[in-house]
Amino acid sequence: MTGPKLGGVIDKEYYAGDMKKIYNWVYNVNNLVGSDPYYAALKKQYGSIMTQFEKNSLPEKDIDAIFSYVAQEVANNAKPKAPGESTETATSSSQNAVIFGVISLILAVIALILMQVNSNLKKMSDDAEGIMRPEPVPFYRNKVYIAMVAIVFFVVGGYYVTKGAIGLQRQTNYQPEQPIYYSHKVHAGINQINCLYCHGNAWESKHAAIPSVNVCMNCHKAINEYAKGPKLYKENGEEVNGTAEIQKLYDYAGFDPKNAAAWDPSKAKPIEWVKIHNLPDHVYFNHSQHVRAGKVQCQTCHGEITAMDEVKQFSELSMGWCVNCHRQTKVDFNYDDKKGNKFYSIYEKFHNDIKSGKMDSVTVKDIGGLECQKCHY
Amino acid sequence: MSQKKYWQSFAEVNDPENFQKKAQDEFREELPFEDIDNKGLLDAKAPRRDFLKYLGFSTAAATLAASCKTPVRKAIPFANKPDNIIPGEAKYYATTYVQDGDVVPVLAKVRDGRPIKIEGNDMAAYTNGGTTARAQASVLDLYDTHRSRFPTRKVGDKYEESTYEFLDKTIGEALAGLGGKSIVLLSSSIVSPSTKDIIAKFPNLKHVQYDAVSYSGMLLANEASGFGRKLPSYNFGEAKVIVSLGADFLGSWLSPVEFAGGYSKGRKINEKNVEMSKHYQFESYLSTTGASADERFTHKPSETGTVALALLAALDGSVTAPSIADPKLKAGITKVAADLKANNGKALVVSGSNDINVQTIINAINNAVGAYGTTIDWSRPVNYRQGIDKDMADLVTEMEAGGVGALFIYGANPAYNYHDAPKFIAALAKVKVSVSFNERMDETTELCAYNLPTHHYLESWGDAEPKAGITSFIQPTIYPLFKTRPYQTSLLKWSGNNTDYDTYLKTYWAGILGSEDAYNKVLQDGIVEAPAIAATVAYNAGAVAGAASAVAAAKKGGKTEVILYQKTSIGTGTGATNPWLQELPDPISKATWDNYAMISMAKANELGVKLDMDYEYYPQKPVFEFAVGNNKVQLPVLVIPGMNPETVAIAVGYGRGEKLGKTAAKVGKNVYPFASFNGTTVDYFADVTITDTGAPKHKIAQTQIHNSYEDRKEVIRETTLATFKKNPNVIPDYRQKLVDDFAKKTSDFHKEATLYPDPATRHNEIKWGMTVDMNACYGCGACIVACHAENNVPVVGKSEVLRYHDMHWLRIDRYFVSGETPDDLKGVVFQPMMCQHCDNAPCENVCPVAATNHSTEGINQMAYNRCIGTRYCANNCPFKVRRFNWADYTGADSFGDNQDQQLVGKLDDVIFQMNDELTRMVLNPDVTVRSRGVMEKCSFCVQRTQAAKLKAKKENRMLADGDVKTACQQACAAGAIVFGNSYDKESHVSKVREENKQRGYYVLEQLHVLPNVTYLAKVRNTEEIIEDKHHSGEEKHEAIVPAAEKKEEATH
Repeated sequence: MTGPKLGGVIDKEYYAGDMKKIYNWVYNVNNLVGSDPYYAALKKQYGSIMTQFEKNSLPEKDIDAIFSYVAQEVANNAKPKAPGESTETATSSSQNAVIFGVISLILAVIALILMQVNSNLKKMSDDAEGIMRPEPVPFYRNKVYIAMVAIVFFVVGGYYVTKGAIGLQRQTNYQPEQPIYYSHKVHAGINQINCLYCHGNAWESKHAAIPSVNVCMNCHKAINEYAKGPKLYKENGEEVNGTAEIQKLYDYAGFDPKNAAAWDPSKAKPIEWVKIHNLPDHVYFNHSQHVRAGKVQCQTCHGEITAMDEVKQFSELSMGWCVNCHRQTKVDFNYDDKKGNKFYSIYEKFHNDIKSGKMDSVTVKDIGGLECQKCHY
Repeated sequence: MSQKKYWQSFAEVNDPENFQKKAQDEFREELPFEDIDNKGLLDAKAPRRDFLKYLGFSTAAATLAASCKTPVRKAIPFANKPDNIIPGEAKYYATTYVQDGDVVPVLAKVRDGRPIKIEGNDMAAYTNGGTTARAQASVLDLYDTHRSRFPTRKVGDKYEESTYEFLDKTIGEALAGLGGKSIVLLSSSIVSPSTKDIIAKFPNLKHVQYDAVSYSGMLLANEASGFGRKLPSYNFGEAKVIVSLGADFLGSWLSPVEFAGGYSKGRKINEKNVEMSKHYQFESYLSTTGASADERFTHKPSETGTVALALLAALDGSVTAPSIADPKLKAGITKVAADLKANNGKALVVSGSNDINVQTIINAINNAVGAYGTTIDWSRPVNYRQGIDKDMADLVTEMEAGGVGALFIYGANPAYNYHDAPKFIAALAKVKVSVSFNERMDETTELCAYNLPTHHYLESWGDAEPKAGITSFIQPTIYPLFKTRPYQTSLLKWSGNNTDYDTYLKTYWAGILGSEDAYNKVLQDGIVEAPAIAATVAYNAGAVAGAASAVAAAKKGGKTEVILYQKTSIGTGTGATNPWLQELPDPISKATWDNYAMISMAKANELGVKLDMDYEYYPQKPVFEFAVGNNKVQLPVLVIPGMNPETVAIAVGYGRGEKLGKTAAKVGKNVYPFASFNGTTVDYFADVTITDTGAPKHKIAQTQIHNSYEDRKEVIRETTLATFKKNPNVIPDYRQKLVDDFAKKTSDFHKEATLYPDPATRHNEIKWGMTVDMNACYGCGACIVACHAENNVPVVGKSEVLRYHDMHWLRIDRYFVSGETPDDLKGVVFQPMMCQHCDNAPCENVCPVAATNHSTEGINQMAYNRCIGTRYCANNCPFKVRRFNWADYTGADSFGDNQDQQLVGKLDDVIFQMNDELTRMVLNPDVTVRSRGVMEKCSFCVQRTQAAKLKAKKENRMLADGDVKTACQQACAAGAIVFGNSYDKESHVSKVREENKQRGYYVLEQLHVLPNVTYLAKVRNTEEIIEDKHHSGEEKHEAIVPAAEKKEEATH
């Protein structure tokens, strides 16, 4: 840990609830370490000192906000946790399909048997009545049956070929092995780190971007072992040693936890992650459009990332999938309550339609979200 | 009343019937039915079984190719992400394009560490954010595969890689051992004050500035007229009468980016008070500037002095008027003189002559017309050109005599562009230490002992002072790609100062601006403007009498003369290595990838060149030998109307050395040897003899000639100022006929003349629109190059342009306007033509796969991945703006061998150069790189409209006018193109349309395709009254505009 934790700091004897001392510490920490014995002791204990801030980059009200947030969190953690609710719901639709399939198959076999029986009975009655008929061909040489089988084969085969062709290069559930076993479950799930803390680029740019090594090291300078969390397993069931994985990060960063002060971040080597979500080159996708302007949750497309150890591709990332969402998703429209995005104020027609009750909401489709050149240019 | 014709090619005007016939049969291809008729299907060329085999094979092949394993892709983040870099978001850095004295303040768009686009810097008031074609293309030079990648020294005939430490030591020692011989820096005009400071501090360094195309005649004439050896600022915007004696100020003379902006101020018409400046051009060939002139008069290049003298004599009679034989020219001079007199204080006369006497006369004329202090501004002298021809000649003499011990060369390339290059080359061999700092292995660098390549400007720190007191800064936008070093650092090191140039520059400017913070601040703006210091110089007429007698006594030229000119794209030759510039069609000839001799129609007649269908229809042009003294060059000829009958014009800058790369090699011929030194200055014209040596014809790749409008002349509308004043509705008159024919009930052609529902119902609250003011388009082509860069438009090479496969999304159509004979040239109309984004787009209806359709924002969309390449859309486009990828120009196809020379036919080397990993760094990551078999066209820069909307959403605000500028709009120095939301009544584009109702029109409006681009008709400032009737014999109508017409207009 770079320094003492913020929770409860203000109640310590040294500060005694005086925020002015905190401000002084934030703005003058470099000087105080030399002059104030309290800080000198802390420096000795932790080895490094906090970055000093300028008043205009971190005004006092922001410091107040940080402290009140920390205080709130400390209070929350002290409370006993509410019992978690099980949200498991049976996924019956796929089972239904299997049942229907089996029933259809059985019915088909029965129909076949009945047809055979029928033809045999007919033959017997003909024999009894003395009508001479040619020897019936066995069903496997019967052209009607062969034709029917061929048609069924063609339809089913065609269906799967087409489906396969459409699915080429699509990689739903793609879960490659990464250079470091990084568990989103541990970070975003158990420790509840906000997605944007690491993938802040998604707020600004078309790329969500994988965080750079220095972002990992913000925390991992202090957290150098995996001890408290649940056991981690790879897909093949092999157990993963979390501490060893953190060590892999240190190898990339060139960081030695025993000699933290000597770390030189500029010597770090980038990590070659395997890219999971690949869009074709002719698609323009912008994360900030969806996350910031559209206010879409990350999980909508990336699945329940907080429950995944190694990430796998959740969505199909096909055009049909995109278009479906654009059809249904409501725009952060600037309705009469004026809470939505002001950009949409120009859509006078929609505002009038909503007023007159012709529409109740505006979807992405309504503002041209299905047009080719929204994504292809 | 007079009549006029609009035409693009001689065949069209001379032989219209045959031309139409050929145009209709353009794609004629006999179907192979005769094979089938008698022999049965199996014996036909493609029998059924073969067909099935091919079908089976292609299905199997496609399956195999498609089922390849998906590759594993890596995502590699930063190790330490810098705070100010957001992957995927572009940053803009203010910097300055500097090339041999040309200065354009620009912004470099940097995406993920790579500069990918140059935009004009709006903070620079004097350029108003404009750019030139060459500035736009300069970003591609950064990624040129033929840049020098490391320092070299010459060992025998080979160039050996070396290190800067070694070279510093070796050269340092060599300089110390020169034994009193001089050290000379030979450079192009240096505009950097800090560099001049370094040069001044270099002990015993003699600095010679040498311009490939020199302005020393002007510099010396200004000195003789009391202004000092300087060039003034010109305010073309203030002038009511502009007279140019062969100065191509909108194309290549001095600083076109600045002049185009000023000039267009006087050319854009305010309909409430119809006034525009009057531009007279006296010249020998048809220049870009001459093409935009209101009235042109031609003379032979050697007669420039006579014309100037006659003009001065007619103005104030201070000199004796020389005799002028040509009655038209004589009348012209009288008329111009009268007009100049009437506009005293609001007139400007410029000349492109490099003759000191001619320029002295011009100064006298300017003094007589009151230009000094009004249209000519001596408070801000310009630094664009500073070379004095005599200095260079003296240097060569000194080198020949062995007096020069060390020669440093930066930006100069005399082994190529000196008028007597062999003499320079021989003299260079006598210099012990020859060092070149040039970026490429050019003709001079090849001969130097050492080459220490300097950075490209996008990798450099630096400063430039285009005008006194205005400094534009250069800051790096990318880490140097190669082992290059600023030449200033070398100079500092060798003069004993061990600081590098970056530090030197910072200290230098921190000293001037007061602090490093102030320096950082100006770097952000890119430009700092000190207040102008009132001019203390005054005109001195002392030299006029001498100059007048010198001009009068000057040797008369021979029968036929040649004049050397610069193309807007290639310039003095620096653009020759740039594929974008080589493929940029010349404004006048529309030729790419070549230089040629432009000759007059009379000359063509004399030489036996027939202007028939064969001349026009096939690219092979006859080749003649042009000889000036002992220098002979064989070049193809292009016949251009409006040339002086006895003048041949040839562009310089071609015929470059092999080592400059595949773009420049084998393109055109070098004609610099045709220039000559007259003892004071270099003349860029000479007597020429033309002989027919029976050389085989040469193919010239021209564009435009194949884009037939099926004789629909309503594409362009043009009139004269007198006609426009007499009948302000001369342009929109045509609409009455449309109403009479198609909209009898409501008089609303827009709404009534269609079966489709009103397109307005298909749109939301944004509808993108564009207007193009043809009065402010001078054909320079900056927009075309900008479009190349912005939209990843591929370069196709000469062989493909010859097959009419050029890919320009935006082209500038050139129309000649002539009287009864084609050579009676009245003017030239330039029309930027791009996708018109029609509301009733004919291309959309015919696409079988709906790959092209309409967006609710009025954009005609093109989904490349949906396109199957039927080309129906291109065939159905009345404007021929859709371009098809006939070959895999970009290497973007998934099939690897699509560029195989055996399989797909020969593609030019330049295509592969453009596909190099290094060159591909210039691609815009936001725009798809199109593959073979796909149609493409102007998208209204949809990536920019999308980005602007997203930015507004992120900032939680409404879209503001000016948020989106298309690449072509941004590039235009004259502000000819305006783009925006046409539904917003307050937007610039709506206002331009509203304020220019009498000039605004849609191209081919009668087709009712409802374009989203309006053009403002071209108006030439002449007194001529034009009766609208063109040669195809269409009946004229002289309708008066009824009220209904106005209503129609209001619906747009």
